Amino acid sequence: MPIEKFTTLISTCVPLYAENVDTDQIIPARFLRSVSRLGFGEKLFYDWRYDRQGNHRKDFVMNDYRFKGEVLVAGKNFGCGSSREHAAWAIIDYGFRVVVSSSFADIFRNNALNNGLLTIELPERFLERLFNIIKSAPSTEVKVDLPRQLFEVLGGGLVEEFEIPPYKKKCLLKGYDDIDYLVSHSWLIEKWEKQNNKL
Amino acid sequence: MALNDKTIFDKIWDAHIVHTIPSGPSILYIDRHYIHEVTSPQAFEGLKKRGVSVFRPGRTFAVADHNVPTRHRHLSLSDESGREQIEMLGENCQRHGIKLFSLDHPQNGIVHVTGPELGITLPGMTVVCGDSHTSTHGALGSIAFGIGTSEVEMVLASQALLQHKPRQMRINVEGELQEGVTAKDLMLHIISTVSTECAAGYFVEYTGPGISKLTMDSRMTVCNMSIEMGARGGLVAPDNVTFDYVKGKEYAPSGEDWDRALDRWEKLPTDAGAFFDRELSFDARKVEPMITYGTNPAMAVETGGMIPEIDRMEPALRAAHDKALRYMGFSPGEKVKGKKVDYVFLGSCTNGRIEDLRAFASLVKGRKKAEGVTVWIVPGSMQVRRQACDEGVAKILEDAGFEMRYPGCSACLAMNEDKIPRGKYAVATSNRNFEGRQGPGARTMLAGPLTAAAAAITGKITDPRELQQNQL
Ligand code: SF4
Repeated sequence: MPIEKFTTLISTCVPLYAENVDTDQIIPARFLRSVSRLGFGEKLFYDWRYDRQGNHRKDFVMNDYRFKGEVLVAGKNFGCGSSREHAAWAIIDYGFRVVVSSSFADIFRNNALNNGLLTIELPERFLERLFNIIKSAPSTEVKVDLPRQLFEVLGGGLVEEFEIPPYKKKCLLKGYDDIDYLVSHSWLIEKWEKQNNKL
Repeated sequence: MALNDKTIFDKIWDAHIVHTIPSGPSILYIDRHYIHEVTSPQAFEGLKKRGVSVFRPGRTFAVADHNVPTRHRHLSLSDESGREQIEMLGENCQRHGIKLFSLDHPQNGIVHVTGPELGITLPGMTVVCGDSHTSTHGALGSIAFGIGTSEVEMVLASQALLQHKPRQMRINVEGELQEGVTAKDLMLHIISTVSTECAAGYFVEYTGPGISKLTMDSRMTVCNMSIEMGARGGLVAPDNVTFDYVKGKEYAPSGEDWDRALDRWEKLPTDAGAFFDRELSFDARKVEPMITYGTNPAMAVETGGMIPEIDRMEPALRAAHDKALRYMGFSPGEKVKGKKVDYVFLGSCTNGRIEDLRAFASLVKGRKKAEGVTVWIVPGSMQVRRQACDEGVAKILEDAGFEMRYPGCSACLAMNEDKIPRGKYAVATSNRNFEGRQGPGARTMLAGPLTAAAAAITGKITDPRELQQNQL
């Protein structure tokens, strides 16, 4: 099952000015009862987005009409907490293709990349400037260039290189996923099992 | 530093590498794979779509635990989508020949309690599960870490994962914990010192007398909480405490196999000159009973301490603290001791083992539950429950006015009906105090089993040692 290919993207940003955003905020446990990967976007950041009566909370950025786009920008240690891949599914289902932060929790990063959601780690100072720019000019566009590994704020001359493991980069560019790779190497795994008394 | 010296992590890791992609990740072989009802259905669905079968069904073990009821288990599940997940787990296991500890199985329990207590997890293994607290199994001297559902699918399809080797950290704990202080307090102390992200990208080995003197149950608490400082996992090298624990367990090797296994396991501990990317040191003697006051596990203080003044903090932390305190209904500079408690939850894969129930019972013995406090005692497994009944722990609890329930994750993540109502304060022995973790609006204060017991008896945040002294 290939993932969606990623090359370059130009988009406005949604700035989520919060640190240590945990998976219970991204998607609360009570919404994990589905047996499908779809439909979690509605529940994304549920308790921040909606009040007790189910009305939109005006003070939450995703409910602010000025901020739209496929790039979510958040404070450090994004995605900490549980291993639920539902967090990545919810972000993708809502329509984001990129999450930017100064650091990500390990499992979240893996889950995101395994689903074609690009996580971009930028230095804290760059992130702070980015937040300020978006806040004062919400229509500012950014360009994510995966082949060149560049994150650029358009019109402002602000550019930063980002890192991504070469293997994962290839997967995203070509739309491959790890499962295809592993299944195609099961002969090698079987051979190794025999040599290592694992059978 | 000798070049050939290896950490226990290196030894286990290297022994499980099938192949390394040039300048890419490695294929890491997985010995044990645990699955549960919440993070596995989509993985099985993925396999079906690909037309791939389970590669090594004998290496996967399934448990229903996350959304199961902890009362009236003989009745069918009232919640439809929860029931669907549990039924689907049953169907998937049956179709693929996977061993399942279902709701009515005598060994049912939380996956991270059941696996070690049956000897399914053993020293030197690689262990994964679609749950972040898989790190618990590291206490056996294995590499154990949580994975996402795509990775669950990978392991089902190939018994392997693509992984980059993480960096390694050693946390050395000098001295021994004082009477009345538990492994949970040690971890809250460490996390509140280093922050919730300090170990991101690292795998942690815990060493020193403060660790080796701990029982296996306590070591599991330690490894369990590694996640709360951002680590991929934590482990403790196996020693005689480990071997005594494992010996005779249902799935552990026996006879000549045992001797051979022991030979291998004794070679696992880290060599004297092995390299760690980062080393930290703590003193167990300085640890006091701890409790959290905020909305992440690093926001913890001693039970006798004060909620920090925001203006004394680094500016970067202030906004988060302010938000957390507003959520919790607390003010800076307040004492935590004496705060009113509405709920107490003893359970979870952090503190739901027999030792935790014993600790709780030791404090409540001869006392009564405080009025107005609702207490949920949820053993980590059916085995823990049986043991508590056989040992008389259950009787002590009952006499003090507490009811022991059936095992499950329960109020740790509140996927079943065990939810803390909005605005209420709960002292919980679980591992996360995130906003809404125990139900929308719930206010969680994490603590060890003794502090939980003290709260259950007094209805307030209390230093458990005060009650222990009165007991003498
Ligand atoms: S008890 Fe809590 S932390 Fe442990 S497996 Fe269950 S939900 Fe996860």
